[in-house]
Amino acid sequence: MIRFLFKGLIRDKSRSLLPIIVVTVGVMMTVFLQAYMNGIFSDSIESTAKFSSGHVKVMTSAYKNNLSQMPNDYAITGVVDVLKMLRTDYPDMTWTDRIQFGGLLDAPDSSGNTRSQGNVMGMGLHLIGTNDEINRMDLSSTLLSGNFPKKRGDILVTDELCRKMNLKIGDEVTLMSGSMYGDMAMYNFRISGIIHFGTETLDRGLVVADIEDVRYALDMEDAAGEILGFFNDSPYDNKRAVALSDAFNAKYTKTDDKFSLAMLPMSGVGGMDFLIAYSENAQFIIILIFVFAMSIVLWNAGLVGGLRRYGEFGLRLAIGENKHEIYRSLIGESLLVGLIGSVIGIVIGLFFSYLMQKYGIDTSGVMKNSQLMMPTIFRSQINVTTYYIGFIPGVISTVIGAALAGIGIYKRQTANLFKELEN
Amino acid sequence: MKTIVEVKKLIKKFPVGTGFFTALNGVDLQFGEGEFAGLVGPSGSGKTTLLNIIGSLDVPSEGEVVVLCKSVGGLTPKQAAQLRKEELGFIFQNYNLLPVYTVFENVEFPLLLLNIPAAERKKRVLETLEWVGLSDKINSRPAQLSGGECQRVAIARAMVKRPLLVLADEPTANLDSDNSHKILQTMLKLNEELKTTFIFATHDEKVIGYLKRIIRLKDGKVVDDVVV
Repeated sequence: MIRFLFKGLIRDKSRSLLPIIVVTVGVMMTVFLQAYMNGIFSDSIESTAKFSSGHVKVMTSAYKNNLSQMPNDYAITGVVDVLKMLRTDYPDMTWTDRIQFGGLLDAPDSSGNTRSQGNVMGMGLHLIGTNDEINRMDLSSTLLSGNFPKKRGDILVTDELCRKMNLKIGDEVTLMSGSMYGDMAMYNFRISGIIHFGTETLDRGLVVADIEDVRYALDMEDAAGEILGFFNDSPYDNKRAVALSDAFNAKYTKTDDKFSLAMLPMSGVGGMDFLIAYSENAQFIIILIFVFAMSIVLWNAGLVGGLRRYGEFGLRLAIGENKHEIYRSLIGESLLVGLIGSVIGIVIGLFFSYLMQKYGIDTSGVMKNSQLMMPTIFRSQINVTTYYIGFIPGVISTVIGAALAGIGIYKRQTANLFKELEN
Repeated sequence: MKTIVEVKKLIKKFPVGTGFFTALNGVDLQFGEGEFAGLVGPSGSGKTTLLNIIGSLDVPSEGEVVVLCKSVGGLTPKQAAQLRKEELGFIFQNYNLLPVYTVFENVEFPLLLLNIPAAERKKRVLETLEWVGLSDKINSRPAQLSGGECQRVAIARAMVKRPLLVLADEPTANLDSDNSHKILQTMLKLNEELKTTFIFATHDEKVIGYLKRIIRLKDGKVVDDVVV
């Protein structure tokens, strides 16, 4: 019987080809959109991770509790040993130490008097002798003019700050800030490059220097505010990061020692939890939309098909099939159509997603003056979900469509069949 | 002669507005094995309603209809479907062949519902198509057949499971005279060879000419019951 129905399905193009095309297109779009959104969210999350939060971040407990203030008086000391320990215990991760700080930047005139001043946020990174951080943070794309620090005392300044303070490459500036021990710290830098992030908050007043200079300036020898950890083999994985942090904190965090080490997953950083949860749930929102839209289309296709097959259903009822059997066969047919359409749609969707993942769309031209901190190349990202997500709208919507359209079978009165089949 | 259908004091009413329309009003009939009988009468006389009830497609309002020892009024929808599937054959005015299937597959369909093994199905289908003279058309689709050939496929479909009772509603209404006679001769031959009971609902004089028993209905009542 199944073979018989299958033959009918294959031969009747309006029952098979049209719904399969609808399912294929819908599934293809679902797969592509899922991979695309996954790519966009992942890139945004990765950008944030690389720029500020890491996949996980190691700090002292007190620094963690006052994270928004970036209190360097609670910095990690003995950083070299801590980094050694982290690299030994977690060899599948990359670890890097950073210092974030705030302060006042003073630009003197030719006679040494203050010409202009501005509040700044600063970052101390490994910049001299290595390109790791430059590549990780994609700083090359932000460099408008000049060079990255090549020697001690070099500093990068944002273009907006330069404009406000009337600074240019080669100018000397003095950073005034607080040392790790709470006393005043002053240090002279020379502007080696001008950077632009395209984000108002950063461009207003960010300076970036080599971490050794910052250590020297803030009297933070062998210390760092935070150590960022990145998974070597995968993008951000919230479950893994949370599990890692929980295990780390259980081992190292002591409630009575504010300088004990503590680890924070990226989702624990303010605001990121929502983005991560949203990115995880976005695919289900896509599925819901497509299930709804495709169900309506397939419901209509099913209704049209049902009208065309009115005589067939009537005949089948007359010669002894009961309504449940006919309804079940209709659902079975839709299941088959849904599966075939889903497989084709997934294959095509994966193909386009792969192209988008490999080549991406370069929007650097149009995003030049954007206020958003977003990757300039939009890429999709295929993950495990991409391989099966299409089956959900593909099969569910086809079955829902057929189930709705097939309700008419139960409304048929067998007593009218002779009359109906005369027409 | 073994009784195939027994109709006792049958009344069938349909709700119309606030009242009822009585389609059958106290019908008493019996049909035996191998009969070739026809319910004859004008439109609205109740012949299709009676055929519906005998075919377990509808139930009596009052009275009883026993088909092959089963009281139609007491059957659940599932049991009624089972009775139709196993014991009854239907021939419709419009053939109602499934357009995407071949002649062979259309005739095979009732056997699939009965879960008959493939080899047995093939044997029976070929044999039945030979009876109706369509052995050379087994791979044709309904669209490639003439009206007469389509109706012969419909007869083969009704006969392939060797039903004890075949119900035919105006089977020649869409056929020309020549084809009508061929169809009726085929059915008559099957009736005589297989002892299948045929009950027709018709007002076609050509069909009436072939009937061995003519039951005339008027306003839901049997007004004449003649064995020819």
